[in-house]
Amino acid sequence: MTCTEFLAQLDELIDNEVSVPLRADLEEHLRECEHCVITLNTTRKTIEIYRSHEIYELPEDLRDRLEKAILAKCRNC
Amino acid sequence: MSTIQTSGTEEVHPDVALVERARGGDVSAFEKLVRQYDRQVFRIANHITQNREDAEDVVQDAFLKAYQKLDQFQGNSKFYTWLVRIAVNESLMRLRKRRTGRMVSIDEDVQTDEGSMPRDLADWSPDPESQYGQSEMADILRKTVQGLPPGFRVVFVLRDVEGLSTEETAETLGLSIPAVKSRLLRARLQLRERLSKYFRKNKNGGGK
Repeated sequence: MTCTEFLAQLDELIDNEVSVPLRADLEEHLRECEHCVITLNTTRKTIEIYRSHEIYELPEDLRDRLEKAILAKCRNC
Repeated sequence: MSTIQTSGTEEVHPDVALVERARGGDVSAFEKLVRQYDRQVFRIANHITQNREDAEDVVQDAFLKAYQKLDQFQGNSKFYTWLVRIAVNESLMRLRKRRTGRMVSIDEDVQTDEGSMPRDLADWSPDPESQYGQSEMADILRKTVQGLPPGFRVVFVLRDVEGLSTEETAETLGLSIPAVKSRLLRARLQLRERLSKYFRKNKNGGGK
C-alpha cells in the first residue's frame, strides 16, 4: 500500500468505518510508515481539539437578547 | 439524549412533541427548541460567515423561518438537521451579501489540491494544548478554520464539530455522499497542516 492509498482511507479509519481486511492492510502500512502514523495521529488530534474547544461562544446576555427577539417576532407572525 | 417511548417499539424524539405543540401556537414549546439549539446555530453561522454580526442575524432569521415553516417539517428527518439546513442557507446568503461581486457557494474552491497530500510531517508535542492559554487557543483555531474555503468549512463544522453523519451532511447541503467525503478529508488535512505550525515539536521546528 502506498501513502496515497492510505490517505484515501484516512477518514474511514478515523471514523471507524473500515472493513476488517482493509484495517489489517492499513495497519500493516502504519507499521512501515512513520509519516502516515504522524498524519493519522495529528489529524485525529485536530478533530479532537476542534470538538473540545468552543471557539464561537454565545454569551448569556446576547443569548437572552436573541431569544427575546426571536420569540417576540414569532408571537407577531 | 432521552427519548419518549411510544406504545410501540418506535422511539420518538422529544423535539417532535415540542414541534407539535409549537405548530398549535404554543410559543413556549418553540422557546424550548430555541434554547436547545441556539448555541449550535450560532456556532455554525459563525463558522460559515466568519462574521459575528451576521451570525447573530442568522440565529434570529433561522429560528423565525423555522417557526413560520413548521408546517413543512415532515418529521422524517430530525428537527435539528432540518433547522441546520435553514441556518446553513441563511449563512451562505449573508456570506454572499458581504462578498458582493464574488461568487460564493458551497461549490467554491473545490478544485484545489491543497492539503490533499500532507507536507508538514513533523510530529506534534504530546500535549499541544498546554502550550497555549484558553483564549490564545481559540484565536489559533478561529484563524486556522477561517483559511479554509467555505465549501470545506461547512462540511467540517457539520461533520466534525456538530457531529452530523455523512448522510445527514450530504442531505443538508444538497451534496452527494462522495462529495462530502472528499471535502471532509481535505478539510481535515488542511486544518492539520495549518495547526502543525503551532503544535509541532520544537526540536523539529524550522524547515519542512
